[in-house]
Amino acid sequence: MESNYVKFETVCRILEENSFDKSKLIPILQAIQEEYRYLPEEILAFIASSLNISPAKVYGVATFFAHFALQLKGKHIVKVCDGTACHVKKSAGLIDALKNKLGLKAGEHSTKDNLFTIETVSCLGACGLAPVLLIDDDVHGQMTPDKAVKLIDVILGQEGAKE
Amino acid sequence: MIDLDSIVQSVKKTGENITKRVIICAGTGCVANGSLKVFESLITTAKELGIKAYIELKEENKGTLLSKSGCQGFCQNGPLLNILPNGILYTKVTVGDVKEILEKSVKNNELIDRLCYSYNGTIYKGQDEIPFYKKQHRIVLKQCGVIDPENIKEYIAEGGYRAAKKACIEMKDKEICDMVLLSGLRGRGGGGFPTGRKWDLTRIQTASKKYIICNGDEGDPGAFMDRSVMEGNPHSVIEGLIIAAKATGADEGYIYVRTEYALAVERMKKAVKDAIDLGVLGNNIFGSSQSFTLQVMEGAGAFVCGEETALVASIEGKRGMPLPKPPFPAQSGLWKKPTTINNVETLATVPLIINYGADVFRSIGTKSSPGTKTFALTGHVLNTGLIEVPLGSTLRHIVFDISGGVTDEKDNVKESNFKAVQIGGPSGGCLTEAHLDLSLDFDSLKKVGAMVGSGGLVVMNKSNCMVNVAKFFMQFTQNESCGKCVLCREGTRQMLLMLNDITEGKADENIIPLLEKLAKAVQVGSLCGLGKTAANPVLSTLKYFRDEYYAHIKEIRCPAGECESLINYIITDKCIGCTVCTMKCPVKAINGVRGKKHAIDIEKCVKCSVCMNSCKFNAIIRG
Repeated sequence: MESNYVKFETVCRILEENSFDKSKLIPILQAIQEEYRYLPEEILAFIASSLNISPAKVYGVATFFAHFALQLKGKHIVKVCDGTACHVKKSAGLIDALKNKLGLKAGEHSTKDNLFTIETVSCLGACGLAPVLLIDDDVHGQMTPDKAVKLIDVILGQEGAKE
Repeated sequence: MIDLDSIVQSVKKTGENITKRVIICAGTGCVANGSLKVFESLITTAKELGIKAYIELKEENKGTLLSKSGCQGFCQNGPLLNILPNGILYTKVTVGDVKEILEKSVKNNELIDRLCYSYNGTIYKGQDEIPFYKKQHRIVLKQCGVIDPENIKEYIAEGGYRAAKKACIEMKDKEICDMVLLSGLRGRGGGGFPTGRKWDLTRIQTASKKYIICNGDEGDPGAFMDRSVMEGNPHSVIEGLIIAAKATGADEGYIYVRTEYALAVERMKKAVKDAIDLGVLGNNIFGSSQSFTLQVMEGAGAFVCGEETALVASIEGKRGMPLPKPPFPAQSGLWKKPTTINNVETLATVPLIINYGADVFRSIGTKSSPGTKTFALTGHVLNTGLIEVPLGSTLRHIVFDISGGVTDEKDNVKESNFKAVQIGGPSGGCLTEAHLDLSLDFDSLKKVGAMVGSGGLVVMNKSNCMVNVAKFFMQFTQNESCGKCVLCREGTRQMLLMLNDITEGKADENIIPLLEKLAKAVQVGSLCGLGKTAANPVLSTLKYFRDEYYAHIKEIRCPAGECESLINYIITDKCIGCTVCTMKCPVKAINGVRGKKHAIDIEKCVKCSVCMNSCKFNAIIRG
């Protein structure tokens, strides 16, 4: 139970930083997601009782906003922009190429080893460079399916080297 | 108390020692293309070459100043590098070019032709010459891309916070509201409501506490004007907020920024902190009785939060669902207190009005829509990027003069390729060739079924299917519908299914009147702007491209060749049998022997277009 203790200690720190203010629910959830890469269910319940609001309310907010995830995401998150500018510049081709490369079937977003999660986002605001994708925090512009696959290869190479 | 004059003097004095200034664009677009690496390389290479270069303005620093700026707008040609006072603009700069730039241009004032923007054989030296810049009218964006957005003193040196000081000390709240109303400034977020009137509505409320919120939740796909302003000149937004706070009687404010805009969040947070440290924010600003505190709040990814009441709900820590109006936020907003909510660009425009007066502002633009508007110009045009033009400019001016024309799939300019422009995002509509000379202002656009919206202009060429565009926006609004109103929640879903059927060739003629009927019902039966405007892309494409809908329905054909269910890839007689496509095809759908014409197995083909793109002989077509 040691690890659980550490887990809740982090949550307590985040709650304290936000002075147990229920209006700060969104920043609190953001900080927790930053820490764990998703929102674990037991933590949502813990937050609800700490802030003295119902678990349904916390769950409601957590599921309302696209940024929050209730399932663990991959180590590397690839966000393919499917905003208008990227869409008309054929971003769909990028998604197909990446899913194909990582062996993801329709409806699947994360690889089995949880190394990659592929998501689409509505707009990254780098429309001048459409089509665009974001790998972790790096924006890559003027993409083609070939270039996108190469980016994945680079990461796979780095991951392989670490092992 | 902060003394603006002494800051201006000290920045000027230290600036005298600076002989040259090299500005690297550090907007999201250029950073994606590696501009920060170029910046690092400038610092190290200058040291190696013995060039006196600094990254900070200080009295003892004499020589060249290396600085970063916000978005310079010419995104497609990034990373951008400006050299002042020479007025040189280099495009697509890489780390490999740094040494040459320092040796030739910084040391010896030589121009490196190969790094200049060139088109059709003409080489353009800098912003003064490049048509993309020359044909704009940049006032809100003037400092974006010049000053260092992370240095509050530079903003002050360029005349910053003078309008805020004037508003706090010399002007009464009503005076400010009247002046902004007289200037004719209308909300830049889409609605076009007169800003002065909005402020006055909050001002007349008698409440112990009032709030002001800057709406930087720019969720409209294909638009990045607010991002650029927040990244490039964050202090102009803060200054606008201080003026708005004084005008409405608010003492607390929020800047709500989309979480997807990581750099804008970071810059805005730093700007707020610097403003607090310098005493521009806090108690008794500029020695007046006005106090104002400000904090930055990150959104969590919901388009509907751009709607005022939904935005307020999400600041309160609730699901971002809109509420019926009235009561308007001006009467009862955040924590049920009178609240003003303004768009980023609107706020950044306000200091200009206070500084130069309502008349000067009115002299730009049209009578009912004065001033300038920034547009994010994207899609199939030669030069994409961020532009600013007077309201009332024409599409022809923007698409052909500023941006250099419409491009085809291979990025070659071809005037005849123009098909439509989508303006105003998922709430807006499309404009066609017939609208190329229409005045782009709030009222004219409304008349033709479109809207200025936040200012996204997506140019489409003949390869874009308009039914598909309508479907794209419907998919977006259906995803983003918060679910509160039945007609919006279920209506967008049903409209999307209908559009799907059309693009897959499964619909009959009765679908068009049904689609129109439902579209109008969703318009009437939804509470907020998202639902009320959700059907606009459908109605406007139906209005201007009805034939294209019928081609899908009656002829089971997509005239633009985009709807995948209705097209097939065909290998023509141009095929020489090189086998490249057989190897590239991810599903092994192409059979062929070397030297003989290949064939595609339609059953296996997933229509990924890899074969067409890899064919060097243009032998594969869509049909």
